[in-house]
Formats: sequence, C-alpha cells, structure tokens
Amino acid sequence: MSRVVADLSLVAGGRAANGSFGERSAEQCARAPNEQPGAQARGGGSLLPAPAKPTLSEVFAASARDGGATGFLLDRLPRGKPLLWVQERMAIIEAGRIYPPGLDRIDLIHVEARDARDALWAMEEGLRCSGLGAVIGELWGDPAALDFTATRRLAVAAERNGVAAWLVRLGGAANLSGARMRWRVASAASRPNGLNSKASGVAAWDAELFRARGFAPGRWLATGDDPASREGAQDPVDLVAAARDRAVAAAGGGRG
Amino acid sequence: MALVIEAAHGQIIHAATDAAQVRSGTRLTDARALDPGLVAVTADLAGDAALARRLARWAGRWSPLVEVDGTDGLRLDVTGCAHLFGGEAGLCRDVERRFAGLGLSVKVAVAETAGAAWALARFSPSPSQVFDLGPSLSPEGRGAKNGERLSAMLAPLPVAALRLPPGPTRTLERLGLKTIGELAGVPRRSLARRFREVDNPLDALDRMLGRKPEPLTAAPFEPPPRTLLRLVEPALEPSAAGQALELLVPGLVEQLEARQLGARRLALSGFRVDGSVGQASVATALPSRERKHLARLLADKAAALDPGFGFDGFALEASWCEPLGAAQDSLVEEPSGTREVARLVDRLSVKLGTAKVRRPEARASHVPERASGWRAVVAEDKSSPAFAGEGDRRRRWRGSSGDQEPLHHAAPFDVACGGAQDRHGPPPHEIVGRINAPRPQRLLDSPEAIAVIYATPEGLPRRFVWRRAVHDIARVEGPERISPEWWRKRGTARLRDYYRVEDISGRRYWIFREGVHGDGRGGVPAWYLHGLFG
Repeated sequence: MSRVVADLSLVAGGRAANGSFGERSAEQCARAPNEQPGAQARGGGSLLPAPAKPTLSEVFAASARDGGATGFLLDRLPRGKPLLWVQERMAIIEAGRIYPPGLDRIDLIHVEARDARDALWAMEEGLRCSGLGAVIGELWGDPAALDFTATRRLAVAAERNGVAAWLVRLGGAANLSGARMRWRVASAASRPNGLNSKASGVAAWDAELFRARGFAPGRWLATGDDPASREGAQDPVDLVAAARDRAVAAAGGGRG
Repeated sequence: MALVIEAAHGQIIHAATDAAQVRSGTRLTDARALDPGLVAVTADLAGDAALARRLARWAGRWSPLVEVDGTDGLRLDVTGCAHLFGGEAGLCRDVERRFAGLGLSVKVAVAETAGAAWALARFSPSPSQVFDLGPSLSPEGRGAKNGERLSAMLAPLPVAALRLPPGPTRTLERLGLKTIGELAGVPRRSLARRFREVDNPLDALDRMLGRKPEPLTAAPFEPPPRTLLRLVEPALEPSAAGQALELLVPGLVEQLEARQLGARRLALSGFRVDGSVGQASVATALPSRERKHLARLLADKAAALDPGFGFDGFALEASWCEPLGAAQDSLVEEPSGTREVARLVDRLSVKLGTAKVRRPEARASHVPERASGWRAVVAEDKSSPAFAGEGDRRRRWRGSSGDQEPLHHAAPFDVACGGAQDRHGPPPHEIVGRINAPRPQRLLDSPEAIAVIYATPEGLPRRFVWRRAVHDIARVEGPERISPEWWRKRGTARLRDYYRVEDISGRRYWIFREGVHGDGRGGVPAWYLHGLFG
C-alpha cells in the first residue's frame, strides 16, 4: 500500500491533506469502518484516501510515456483474488503491454480489446463476476464509447458486486465521468537509493485527487512499498540471517 | 518409393511399394546401394495409428465390435452380422470394395478364430478368403469338425503366422519347424517343456484353433451427447436458431447429467432446407453443464447464423466433454470464485476470441520478451480468427544486425507457436529461476529505437530521444547484460545491455544497447527502449 511522503495539496483550504484523510488508513476505510481512525501505516507514513467500498476510480496518466500511473495503480490493487486487466489495442501499442515479471506475482487474466467498446464491455462483464479482486481497464485517448453513461454503468456494476474497478486513461482529457474518485498521476523523482546513489530507488508518484465523492481533493507525493521492508522479502543489506535457537536443539536440551 | 523410420543405427525401411523391391527392416543405405533412385519418405507412424483408429470407427458399418489389431490391422467380430451383406463371402467383397473406394488395398480373411483370421489375412497366398463354417451343428460337434478343417487350412502357413514374438519364432525355425502343420505334428509334451509359458507356441496354436479363448476387446464408442430438433416448417426468421437453442440446451444438459460429463466444446448445427449446414461453436474454460451458462455462451453466435432458405432442423452437440461429478449447490448465495472466473473467461473468449483472453506464463528464458509468455485460458479453437492483426506490430521491430528475420519474437508470437503445444507446461507464476533484478511493469511489444547520447561508448547514457521527445537522464543503473540465446538465434545476434534510467521528471524506463563496440557483429550498437517502470 502506498504511503504519503509529502503533502503537496494546492487545493483551497487544504483540508484534505492536513486533517483526517492523510491519517486514515485505507485498510480501515475499506474493512473496519468502526475502528478508530488515525492508525499509521507500516513504515510510518500515512495512507492515501481510499473508498470505503469497492467502486470505480479513474487514473489519468500525466502522459502516455509515463509508466507512473501503472505503479500507482498496482500499489492500490487488492491481492488474493485474480485480477482482470483489460488493455485496449492502442494502449498496448503506445504505452506497452503489462509485463507479469514486473508485477510481483499477481494472479492475472489479460484481455486485449480491439477498441474502447470491447474494452468497456469486457470490464462490465468482469465487474459482474464476484470471483475477481479488481477489474482494470486501460483506454487510449478519449473514445466516443466512453461517455458519462458508460462510466456510470461501470460505477454501478462495481458497487453492486463489490469488485473494484479502475479505469486507466492514457492521453485522455478529464471530461464528464461517473467515477467516484479521479486521480491524476505523474511519476516523481524516486526515493534515494541506499545502496547506489546514482540509481533510482523506490518509486514515487505525484498523485492528485482532483475529484472524489466523500473526500476533499488534494495532492500528495506518495511512494510505494519499499521492497526491502516488505514481509518475506530479504533485505539486500542483511546478507546473513539473524542467529536464533534451533527447535531441535531446544527440544533435545529439555529432554537431556 | 519407400517409407523410412529412424532407428538406432540410421534410417530403416518401414514399408515400401512392390516396385521398390525392398523388404521392410532393411537399412536405407543398403536399399540405396541396390537402387540409388529409391525415393524415401519419412513415415508418419502417429498418423497411421490415427488413421487406423478412424478406420475402426468407420468399420462399425459391418460389425459393432471392431478392434484395431496391432498397427496394420482391424479385427471385426462378424458373428451374426454377415447375413446382412449376403453371407461371409458377400461381406468380404463389400469390405474390399469399400476400402478400394478409399484408395486402400486390403486383405480380408474370415475365420472361426481371431488368430486364424489374422494368419490367413497376412500369410495366405490367395487374395481374400472365407473359411467356410459349413452347416451349423451343436457347438461341440461343430467345433471338432471345423477344428480339423481349420488345421488343414492353416498347415501350410509359416510359423510366423502364430503371432509369436521374434525369439520363439526363430527358435522354431532353427528347429526345422517351418510351417504350422509341422509344428502341430510335434508331440505336445516336448514343446511345452521347451518354451516359456508366455510365448509357448502351443498356446498360440490352441488359440488359433479355437481350443483356447481369445476374446476381442473392442473399445466402446460412446457418441457425444447430442440433441436434435426437427422443425415441421422451415424457419426463415433469424431468431429461430436462438429459440432452438433454448429448446435444445435442457435436453443436452440432461444427457450430460446422466453421463456425469461437463461440456468443454459445444456446437450448434442448423440444417438448412438446401442441404447446407450452418454451425456455431464455443469452448469453455471449465467443464460445465449449467443450462443458463451454456445457453448464454451460444446465444450470440446462434443469433448470427444465417437461415438462408430456412432451417428445418437443429442439432446441439457437446463434441468435447470432460468428467464432471455431481456438484452440491451451495445453500447460501455464494458462488465459488473459480467457477465464476471460469465462466467470465468463457464469456470473454466467446466474444473477443480465445487468443485475446490470456494468462501469463513464465518461461525458462532470460530474454525479457521470452521470459513471460501468454497462454490462452480457453483452448484454442482453430476456426476463430486468432492472431489477426499481430503482424503489423511485429513489423515495427528492426534488428540492427542486418538479418531481416525479426531477431526476437514478440510476446504474442510466442503464444501463437507455444501456447498450443505446451499447454501442460508450468503453471503461471512458478518462476523458473526467478530473477531478482527489477523488471518493468510495462513492456513494449517490440523495442523502439531511441537516439542516445552517452559520455563514452561503453559508459552510461546521458540523454535519449524517444518518440521525438528528449529525456535527460538523472539517474541510471546498469548495465544488466543479457546474452542472446545462441541455440535459438543466428550467431550474429548481439547481446543486450539493459539500463534502468530515470529522467529528470522521475519517469523511469528500461533501455538497452544492442551489442558492444567492436564485437564484430555489426556497426555502432543501436539503443532501444523496451519497458516502462511504474
């Protein structure tokens, strides 16, 4: 789950940033609404606003030549259930096909749609399937098929079946949409790399929530999970595992 | 002309035309020494076996019990069938005539025992024959009488006709027992002592003469579940096929339920009055016999069937089924996730084509575009226009090393050739020798050429131009060297040095330099952009 590094909120009042939203954990919003907000995410940072129930969110990539939106999206996808990733043909040509070795073992079903209409149809079919964790649709430009009705249909289907829907827009303009949360994401200079000062570190994104239902807009500098601190991942610095008692030795000592 | 197969010491003749005058089993080199003009073609043994199985199905026209006998024979139990074709002689003629119609030469023998028929068909000098059973007596009397006649008929045949393994056959020949008649003359006790139980020629002789049973084990053929609908009046309206589908599906599902099967491929055939047949078929990811699901899969394709001059009949057939046990429906409304997803995949595959709905598949390769392939979730259907439009994408990549053939297969192409074959390969996400180096989240189907400014030829890149925009590189890490797979590519393929770069606005890319200066495999190395980091 992505963490907020800095609040870049330029929105009038700046309520979004400083107050409750920055502090509220996305997991709490989504799963345990009765718990007290204010928990800190693992690693110390606060979390970005997230909808309480799965719904349709839209992510605008700042540019088609910027992969940042994908990283931002990947960080916010639920794990455990298969994902349906629909890519329109033009999106594949312009911004590349998603590459499973870089996706950290996501269970994935990939659909290559001929045009936006097929992509939207596939997304809506996916949203009707409760076995999926999330449905992602990548569209290129401003297709005619993607009007308010189409997005509204997606939002209703997502909310009815409890499957999160993410609409990734590459090179499109933010016109009328039924999406509940609309993000504009650009890559930001990555975090310093502790091992190699010349290399880029953990990815960071300049994420702007410019329209949301139930949340005030804001702008954040967010960063992904540090792979080194993730559970199960080996810290590249700690080459030797910490010493600990062996189970057999302990049992043997008890007996002897 | 001769068919050859690969053996331990080179090619040997599998079968040859009479004109070639070579025996099967001869080495091709020996045969060529005798006849340099011998045309040798590789034999297709699997194809032959498949043909034999198909012919066995077809031979069901003469008898319900048909068995493929070895690699080159069919065995039919014609008990009680021969009179339908005008007696056994008539049956023989019919078999010969119909096989000749297929362009196949055949030798037929009808005898009381399977072994005798086998021997007569292969070793009898006359073309085709019927061992006349004569007037029916009581089973014992008839057996005794016919046994004598049968032994007389088999006596001149060589001992190879006993269907023994080569070892005992050779032993018999060395003992001077060349024919079955000579063998039958030897006292039984001395033969029984000399051979092992399994390849005792006495056993074979007894089976051939009907003293021991040799049952025929025909593979039971079960027709696939199929329901029919005949219309009184030809249906001209396009919606007819959809309505017929709704009537046919329950019947098919009942059949599937009775046989504990689930349909993997369904075909709806509409028979038109002019004799033509329109067909719509779909495949499913998991075996299914659920009415709503099957009807929904076929509904769109059924509606698109052209009635032409009108349909006068419909057939719904589950041409590919898999066992599916009875499933207990959940009492609470909570459908199983796997099944739900399988159904979704079916629906998507039907509408978008099986080649468009895929799962990732890890492959044992370090070359990025080969390391991860895609595998169609639903089995490929040959009739679907798969991979249309893949060609234009592949054309964008031009290797710098001068060979016109694309140097690296783009991911979709790999699925085209690999997906159908290694469907039983490793399951997705079981990374073979997982690479710890970071990989981009997006990969261009074909690397795109970029212009790179670097400090030194082998040094780090400083700035690059991709799609007519300049990216100033702020941070760079690399190179990660990936060598070409020399066992797949030509020797002129160049290695790749991959760099992770980050431009001043934070966008991160995966670029590579193809080759190094002075590697003798082309001129100045070219740079390509291959992936985008998220």
